[in-house]
Amino acid sequence: MALLDVQDLAVSFVTRNGTNKAVDGISFSVELGKITAIIGESGSGKSVACYSLLGLVPMPPGRIDGGRALFEGRDLLKLEETELRRIRGRDIAMIFQDPMTCLNPYMTIGKQLMEPLLYHRKVTTAQARARALELLAEVGIRDPESTIDNFPHEFSGGMRQRVMIAMALINEPKLLIADEPTTALDVTIQAQILKLIAELQHKRDIGVIFISHDLAVVADIADTIVVMKQGQIVETGNREGIFRNARHPYTQKLLAAIPTDSKPPRPGAAEPLIRVQNLCTWFSQGRGREPVRAVNDVSFDINRGEVLGLVGESGSGKSTIGRSILRLVPVTSGEVRFDGTDLTALEGRELKTMRRRMQMIFQDPFASLNPRMTVYDTLAEPLLLHGIETRKSVAQGVLKLMDDVGLARAFVRKYPHEFSGGQRQRIAIGRALATRPEFVVADEPVSALDVTIQAQILDLMQQLSREYGLTMLFVSHDLAVVRHLADRILVLYKGEVVEQGTGDELFERPRQAYTRQLLQSIPGRSLLS
Amino acid sequence: MNARAIDDIARAEQGTSLWKDAWLRLRKNHLAVFGLVILALFVIIALLTPWIAPYSYQAQDLELGASGPSAAHWLGTDIFGRDLMTQIMYGGRISLAVGFVATAVALLIGVTWGAIAGYVGGRTDAVMMRLVDILYALPFMIFIVLLTVVFGRNMLLLFLAIGAVEWLTMARIMRGQVQSLRQQEFVEAAISLGLSPATLIRRHLVPNALGPIIVYTTLTIPNVMLLEAFLSFLGLGIQPPQTSWGLLISYGAETMEEYPWLLIFPGVALTLTLFSLNFLGDGLRDALDVRGAKD
Amino acid sequence: MWRFIGVRLLQAIPVILVVITVTFFLVRIAPGGPFDSEKAVPREVKAALEAQYKLNLPLFQQYAAYLDDLAHGDLGPSFKYPGRSVNELIAAGFPVTAELGLYALLVALGIGGLAGVCASLKPNTAQDYIPMSLAMIGICMPSFLLGPLLVLLFGIYLDWLPVSGWGDIPGDKILPSITLGAGYAAYIARLGRAGMLEVLSQDYIRTARAKGLPRWQVVFKHSLRGGLIPVVAFLGPAFAGLLAGSFVVETIFQIPGLGRFYVQAAFNRDYTMILGTTVFLSVLIVLFNLLSDILAAWMNPRLRAQFGGH
Repeated sequence: MALLDVQDLAVSFVTRNGTNKAVDGISFSVELGKITAIIGESGSGKSVACYSLLGLVPMPPGRIDGGRALFEGRDLLKLEETELRRIRGRDIAMIFQDPMTCLNPYMTIGKQLMEPLLYHRKVTTAQARARALELLAEVGIRDPESTIDNFPHEFSGGMRQRVMIAMALINEPKLLIADEPTTALDVTIQAQILKLIAELQHKRDIGVIFISHDLAVVADIADTIVVMKQGQIVETGNREGIFRNARHPYTQKLLAAIPTDSKPPRPGAAEPLIRVQNLCTWFSQGRGREPVRAVNDVSFDINRGEVLGLVGESGSGKSTIGRSILRLVPVTSGEVRFDGTDLTALEGRELKTMRRRMQMIFQDPFASLNPRMTVYDTLAEPLLLHGIETRKSVAQGVLKLMDDVGLARAFVRKYPHEFSGGQRQRIAIGRALATRPEFVVADEPVSALDVTIQAQILDLMQQLSREYGLTMLFVSHDLAVVRHLADRILVLYKGEVVEQGTGDELFERPRQAYTRQLLQSIPGRSLLS
Repeated sequence: MNARAIDDIARAEQGTSLWKDAWLRLRKNHLAVFGLVILALFVIIALLTPWIAPYSYQAQDLELGASGPSAAHWLGTDIFGRDLMTQIMYGGRISLAVGFVATAVALLIGVTWGAIAGYVGGRTDAVMMRLVDILYALPFMIFIVLLTVVFGRNMLLLFLAIGAVEWLTMARIMRGQVQSLRQQEFVEAAISLGLSPATLIRRHLVPNALGPIIVYTTLTIPNVMLLEAFLSFLGLGIQPPQTSWGLLISYGAETMEEYPWLLIFPGVALTLTLFSLNFLGDGLRDALDVRGAKD
Repeated sequence: MWRFIGVRLLQAIPVILVVITVTFFLVRIAPGGPFDSEKAVPREVKAALEAQYKLNLPLFQQYAAYLDDLAHGDLGPSFKYPGRSVNELIAAGFPVTAELGLYALLVALGIGGLAGVCASLKPNTAQDYIPMSLAMIGICMPSFLLGPLLVLLFGIYLDWLPVSGWGDIPGDKILPSITLGAGYAAYIARLGRAGMLEVLSQDYIRTARAKGLPRWQVVFKHSLRGGLIPVVAFLGPAFAGLLAGSFVVETIFQIPGLGRFYVQAAFNRDYTMILGTTVFLSVLIVLFNLLSDILAAWMNPRLRAQFGGH
């Protein structure tokens, strides 16, 4: 018999604007000793479904419309709050997405760890503490004795997620629900946490529900995969079944969105458009403190018409390099030559002239557009500023840009908050292309988007960079995406270039240990070959 | 192709600006609408007082003396036989004027100061905000009392003194706004387009910083009016022959045992105005989705 | 933490010096000397008086002498009550004001804190609306209006409580304490509610619930501390406000406290009294601000570590 058997679960949210069916009659089961992955994009209802099992969906506005969820013979949906509470944290435990906000900043991790044990079992504080120390060691916290009384802010993101896992496991639950537990982490940390979860699950032989937006993440660990879309399950299957012969078009689309190829080599002579030499960008931390060396003595060229991929984890300085080239942050030393001109020395009118020739596409499509300007205003601003269109012809120019980036003309008077993430990113791309730039810095342009939208935006960028003859610096944490898009790749680590080469060179013959580690951390790398 | 052609294209899909959105939300908030209506009414009455007041400001009727509400005097009269409604109307002019003018002073200084500190940043910011911190620590309420003692009691001083207290918070809020906006990607995008600082401020910073400023301004006015009333009550604010609600309350408190209406009606006028402003401010905060602007 | 306290104490010193200096010179440039009003005073007497109060010295020497006296804790003689020093007047008035302020603070924290937390636990229900409506009334009803109204209702119409004095008749401390504390109770209720709502919406509260903890533990162990930090930070400004508020409340209820002395001194142009009291109250307020800052920082482990570790 299954550990958890969910039948026809339906959850809706009642708001002023009507009823929204978040989960619309789904059925799935979880076996003891197996990992069930629930995959879906934002708004698919994957989290709501699991939260509703434990009564963690706020009601109102939430409402359970029907279904059953049998856990050890009891229907979770019918239990009183007091009975459910006895199951939460004891028989079913959870870990969440963002380890930075999920631990109480006002309590030591030791207290937080012991809490479920002290509440659910009859143990003394000393016993609970001993158990907490054991678990901390088991999840890989070094020197638990001296760190158990530290506060969460004294741990890194990866370490906090380990603490969260220890806290979930401290009562030896039978079912663990992990809600995007690695999404907020760097790739190498993600790989470690995935491995840890798989190991602990195996050792304890418990059931796990692993919620994720990314098929690749669960490729190596899931036994069963459930694919959700708009509140419904479109396909359920074992790992092989889903990855080898997915039947539903949506699953196929999700699989197709995982970039697995490498960009073919680019013919033609190499003529550098951008020359970066000994670039240093340091940020002062105030008097008496060492500056943060975000970018430290970095040199590279970007050839005309080339896409250069810049790969690194958070804190590697990859975004700062792009911003330094565009003069959005002050450069400490070194030079950046654009078509022969040293950008670091320019001021005023000369700088403005150069700014027309280089633009940026930002990561967060919700922050990169002025919320009080319509599409028209946003796109007309650069056109008029640089005299690309006159007052008379500007409307035509705006519409042309909208056509280019694939936005319906009728949306011209709409505001950013009325668009989806993908549409906003299209507007932002349109704004960057408005000045007819030769060079564009794309800073993680798709990492805030849903997987299927990512593929669309990447296609659009490739197509436009051909049409506009762009040279591009493509900054990303995602090696697979960069390999798919870039002619050459630079690997960054702590502000310095570790290795560079074409995608195939790096993937097949990595020379540096760090590059190898990065490659091994790519989720679902078995899919790449 | 011109603007009209664009309008034709956009006809099917008219956008809703955040301002319009906020207005629609505000309109649904009954308390805020009530506040807005009462406030508008009081302001109109204050503006028109010399023409619509039932009696002249100086008119006394010593034979009548203090009398309760009647057909001739809707809100009664004071011990000199002066019509209370007339007094409240003229007092309201002063109280509201102090509220609005001193807030305007605070707004002007605070917004300019905060915007410069936030925009320029670095050492300038550190020095400017350090000064604000120091001034913040000063016991201003006591200083104002001291100032009125030293310089006598006049309205201009009152404006300046109150404005000088209230601008500090305004400067902090504005600086916080500008600083967080500067880190937004859309401002970076505007810089990388090559926009001049003036245009950047006008088109990208000001419209986005306006919401919190509006909310905070609305919530500052009642604070200022309270301060004025407080000082007038102590006899350190508005001086006869002028009057204000605070002063009327103070007279009313002296004779409340015999003539309670002299306390209650000016009190109602002041409280109602403060209610309106606070309801409106709270409503605006919700409608404009301003977080962290505390009272 | 000690470093943090040390730094803040050092920062408080210039503030206090500024207060003393500004107050001193403001009082000195005030039009009309303290003895001008008494017309009958002969020239020689006036000169003698001025000599006694060191008014014949150049301004800076007066300032230096004043600072010197201050350093010895001497605030000088009162102009209006010859033979009594400002120190004596403060010593007579301050205990009363402090007691009143303490009761008012207890009223504010007790009622306000409770109302705020209760309201935040069931937002948008009667449990939220009722205390918050009362809080709104508290904010819009200034003490100088609330006081007379309370006197009218409880003192005169109902005749339940005495309406003046301090410690003379049983129960005469109730109305002044409530009058002074009510406004701050309202502020604290609003601050507490907002702070608690903010914390209750945090991810770590969901973690606590996922552990199966009962609601009261989620509230008391996980939310209260973070939610009440804004309230603690507000205590400094509240203290300054309470002192100023005591001017009014002591006037209304005829309480022989420092606030009433201060207002009387302001009317009588008793310069040394104003100067002395201003300096005294300012130092007190600056120190109390410091205390509430330190307390708020201490409640936040991240800040505590930042200032403590290095």
